[in-house]
Amino acid sequence: MKDTASPEVTLAGVGLSRRYGNNLAVDDVSLELKRGEILGLLGPNGAGKTTAMKMITGNLAPSAGSVNVCGIDLIDRPTAAKAKIGYLPEIPPLYKELRVDEYLRLAGRLHRLPGSALGDAVQRAKRRAGLSDMGQRLIGSLSKGYQQRVGIAQAIIHDPDVVILDEPTVGLDPNQIREIRSLIRELGNEHSVILSTHILPEVEAICDRVQILHRGKVVFADAISGLRAFRGGHSLQVSLRRPPQLEDLQKAVQPAQVEQVGEGVFRVIAPPGQDSTDQLLRESLERDWGLYQLSPAQASVEEVFVHLTRQDDAGAVMTEDSRMETPA
Amino acid sequence: MFASPLAWVVLAFMQFVLALIFLKQIDGFLQVQAQLARTPNAPGLTEIVVVPMFSVGSMLLLMSTPLLTMRLISEERRNQTMALLMSAPISMTQIIIGKFVAMIVFLALINLLILVMALSLLAGGILDLGLLFANLIGLTLLGCSFAAIGLFISCLTAHPVVAAILSLAVFLALWIINAAATDPQSSLHLISLLKRFEGFLNGTVATTDLVFFALLTTTFLILSIRRLDSERLHA
Repeated sequence: MKDTASPEVTLAGVGLSRRYGNNLAVDDVSLELKRGEILGLLGPNGAGKTTAMKMITGNLAPSAGSVNVCGIDLIDRPTAAKAKIGYLPEIPPLYKELRVDEYLRLAGRLHRLPGSALGDAVQRAKRRAGLSDMGQRLIGSLSKGYQQRVGIAQAIIHDPDVVILDEPTVGLDPNQIREIRSLIRELGNEHSVILSTHILPEVEAICDRVQILHRGKVVFADAISGLRAFRGGHSLQVSLRRPPQLEDLQKAVQPAQVEQVGEGVFRVIAPPGQDSTDQLLRESLERDWGLYQLSPAQASVEEVFVHLTRQDDAGAVMTEDSRMETPA
Repeated sequence: MFASPLAWVVLAFMQFVLALIFLKQIDGFLQVQAQLARTPNAPGLTEIVVVPMFSVGSMLLLMSTPLLTMRLISEERRNQTMALLMSAPISMTQIIIGKFVAMIVFLALINLLILVMALSLLAGGILDLGLLFANLIGLTLLGCSFAAIGLFISCLTAHPVVAAILSLAVFLALWIINAAATDPQSSLHLISLLKRFEGFLNGTVATTDLVFFALLTTTFLILSIRRLDSERLHA
């Protein structure tokens, strides 16, 4: 892997597995990240996102597999590799009794920033995380959103090549979520970012690429456009006053798939690149189905997972991993 | 550490008790001074005032070190701040050594308080400086051992209180383990901290004692490092 990695690949994890007793928490997960790219790790609770992230950051030793950060093997040279990673765990590692400035100085010194650069680094991290006026505040007295920002500031203080954020928007109010998201997008300009979440729209809003984990396995890995197509960017939710039989509706909108969602409510999923809206409207008028609501349907995360895992069982995993699983 | 009240309370408490002992012993010395002057080979100021102070100091250390070491690692776990240290480019050894050195610096402060009180006697008398420094070395080594054992126990749990109680129990057990031995040749005497420390109180700096404390300290530091490492591997 070391020889084939092009210079712009900042992080490569190959065949990562982690076992807790008999429970395989992460099973052969590979991921690759290029500079300036934001990768979303998506998965339901307990899918192995946090475990995968702990392995990438060296907090947990993998049972199998290797991690390579900017050409440095994490297992062979942990300190050198860790210097290139900034990590915000699920629960921000904050010392609540310290002031923001004190805490960031401590974080900087842990990353061996020399005394002369430390002041600048703290100022820059604070500015980027929107904490410029908060330096003298006690961390314990800050709101959750600001604590999260301190956590992010801590992760970027040493200007790492890879920033890893574990569920950075959990528990924040909508305004704070928006602010944190724009901060992450900004980080993505210079650093590589991995972020985990179980919120699908969040991934769509921020990430360039997405990997979906389910029970420790990668069940989907593609660019964000691939995910949009996959989860039915062209699917419609229709509500009919006088619904026909499901088969009739199905025939009417061929080749799209129809699912019944509720009483008189159907979801019409067009294959990628096709749109069945016109067809549906025409049929509805002609046959007097009494269409009263038509909206673009968004598959929920759960549905995507159900879909993906069904595919997984069929042995047709939609993944672009094959490229990464054949190292020279 | 000094941002928290615990450090100050412990320091104040120790100083209070030590000062009490100090004054009481001086008072006693002044009362018997006349008799002592007539007795040949009588115990001097150092034996009567300084040694009891160090002796009490060791007991205070035994009681207060668990309170100081309990949070070293367990609190980091509890507050989930361990990840900050684990993902920083520092090794487990550096984490443990850093914690240990911090602890030793604090204990040195306590020793310094005792030392300053003892040296203040020089203003009005003569001290056996050799004996004084033997005591000081003994107390420092004892502090190192306590700190290392406390640190290891703090690595074992995520609950500071559990760590404190466990440490206290271990310290006490090691302290008085020689009491369990009826045979004066029993090997229990070898591992009794009290027996080892008594030598220093009498002014003997024996190599075996030095090696014993050094080994005890290193062993528990290495165990702590192993413990943190294994957590990363197996947790």
